[in-house]
Amino acid sequence: MNEKNMLLSRIKKYDFTLKELNLYLDTHPNCRRALSMFRKYRELRRDAVQEYNKRFGPLTPEQVTDTQSWTWVEDPWPWERR
Amino acid sequence: MWQYEKKLQYPVKIKTPNAKLAKIIISQLGGPDGELSASLRYLNQRYAMPYGEVKGLLTDIGTEELAHFEMISAILYQLTKDLSMEEIKANGFDTYFVDHTTGIYPVAASGTPFTAAYFQSKGDILTDLQEDLAAEQKARTTYDNILRLADDPDVRDPIRFLREREIVHYQRFGEALRIAQDKLDSRNFYACNPSFDKNCGRK
Repeated sequence: MNEKNMLLSRIKKYDFTLKELNLYLDTHPNCRRALSMFRKYRELRRDAVQEYNKRFGPLTPEQVTDTQSWTWVEDPWPWERR
Repeated sequence: MWQYEKKLQYPVKIKTPNAKLAKIIISQLGGPDGELSASLRYLNQRYAMPYGEVKGLLTDIGTEELAHFEMISAILYQLTKDLSMEEIKANGFDTYFVDHTTGIYPVAASGTPFTAAYFQSKGDILTDLQEDLAAEQKARTTYDNILRLADDPDVRDPIRFLREREIVHYQRFGEALRIAQDKLDSRNFYACNPSFDKNCGRK
């Protein structure tokens, strides 16, 4: 796996962890242990996404940093086999 | 993947419940030219699109339509909140009430439940984009008709916003069609299907 895909796969793991904690917290809003885990993974995700944006481009339109071109529309898209 | 944001795209603040208006506006939730069919149309069609700019546009408009689906739901919620049984009976809302109480369920104004038959995903980008242009105009007409029927300014304001968005989307889809055609053979745009045929569109 190339570096781009390795970083993306790390972000996906953080995303999934955050999603699981999110659902758990929806029904256990006062669980401090889950709250602190959520904070921890949110921070890890934020740093990984920042690195991804800098090296490989945006994951959302808001993350476009290029001043010359709207890199949001660049291929490939996530459903494509390449 | 998608993320939800806990806000509406444009404010909805309706002071007076109105069952009669809810019965009409619900068509933009689950009707033939409604926001749900718009969203599903673009989000399904994007897989057949070979050009990045238009993959982006279909994704982004399809996503915005979900925000419009939420706005229509908020309008319906506020129009039906705290309705009395008398108002429900007097305004013909009883036929909806019997099946859904005041829950939000996607149906057309006629009561027909939402169906995917309202849109196509043809696997041919010129065909799909022509449908998208027509769909935006049909939704614009529906909003024009709603504006003929609704006098509450609290309702008219977000409806006018949604109507404007149809016009902007129509404009962008027109540009998308031009982007697609610019990549095809101008002597015969239909010589091949760029979504299916290999090497289609290399002049």
